[in-house]
Amino acid sequence: MTGDGIALVDGVLTHGVLTHTVLGQWRDAFEGSPDVWAAIVVIGVATYGFRLSFIHLFGRIDEVPPSVKRTLRYVPPAVLAALVFPDFVTLEPSVVATLADERLIAGAAAGAVAWRTENVFATITVGMIALWLFRFVVFA
Amino acid sequence: MDPLHDDLLAGVRDVSPLMLGIVPFALVAGIATVDAGLGLGEAVGLSVIVFAGASQLAALDLIGAGAPLAVVVGTAVVINLRMVMYSASIAPHFARYARGVRAALAYFLTDQAYALSVAEFGANDDRSRALYYLGAAVSLWIVWQIGTVVGVVVGAGVPDAWGLTFAVPLVFLALLVPAMKDRPTTAAGVTGGAVAVVAAGLPLNLGLLVGAVTGIVVGLLTEARAR
Repeated sequence: MTGDGIALVDGVLTHGVLTHTVLGQWRDAFEGSPDVWAAIVVIGVATYGFRLSFIHLFGRIDEVPPSVKRTLRYVPPAVLAALVFPDFVTLEPSVVATLADERLIAGAAAGAVAWRTENVFATITVGMIALWLFRFVVFA
Repeated sequence: MDPLHDDLLAGVRDVSPLMLGIVPFALVAGIATVDAGLGLGEAVGLSVIVFAGASQLAALDLIGAGAPLAVVVGTAVVINLRMVMYSASIAPHFARYARGVRAALAYFLTDQAYALSVAEFGANDDRSRALYYLGAAVSLWIVWQIGTVVGVVVGAGVPDAWGLTFAVPLVFLALLVPAMKDRPTTAAGVTGGAVAVVAAGLPLNLGLLVGAVTGIVVGLLTEARAR
């Protein structure tokens, strides 16, 4: 209960926006490895730093450097695609084995819905139904 | 009506249709926590300390796959880099507030709160910046926290064969499609995804990072060639 993770949480919180009451409740719920907690805190601190960056700095610097702005524009599509594609496709020795995958078919159907509707709920619904249809009926 | 409450309520009202997308996203974040072998404590810790859905899901995915924590942190940090872009864009609207207020406002910054607020401030200059933003952003925060907790509770009782975690890439897909809005962003997405598939066998689960960085570079190159 007193691993590095918690010590780190303590240090961050006393200087952060959250209160000690919340910390007490976390302590009670704490059950996992200190390393995972340390990772959560590091991600959280970095993310808060990104959020605060220009909101804090504004007034000291006039504008975001254009090269930074340009690069940041490509972060969402590149990262999201790198997250999504490997969950839909696994390279197999043959083309047929690669394509005849319920995840790829469900992903393609959901992709069409996302493109037409840009609606998260509709995309999840169609994707899950397609997955179950192919997993439990067609390929069963 | 009190104009202060007016601005706050306008934020709450404008964000409510978006909850249709946030609720399943939050549920999936809770379910993914259970799936990664973690518990309620970590789910709440992630949602309160990090409070950024895409990075939470990616981190859980990698933890579940046994990736080294340095890779988990590196991937989540790259995903959240986009917050710098939002921070820069919304900063002029918050410049009028004291430093402490700005520090608190920054904590609640999300894709949705940013997009709604900047659109509203552009259309309606009389709005209280902080109140409208907080109306939207704090509503999102509350729904996100409740949703992840419910996801942990529900997720623990669903059989694995249902493949509920497949909802994770589906959420990302719904965010990815609108993010590919022109040639360079589409090139960034297609390359990033294809490289990640080919690099999926790399040690330390580095495929995601390699794919993401390649995608960003190809996006920049495509843009440079078009000019």
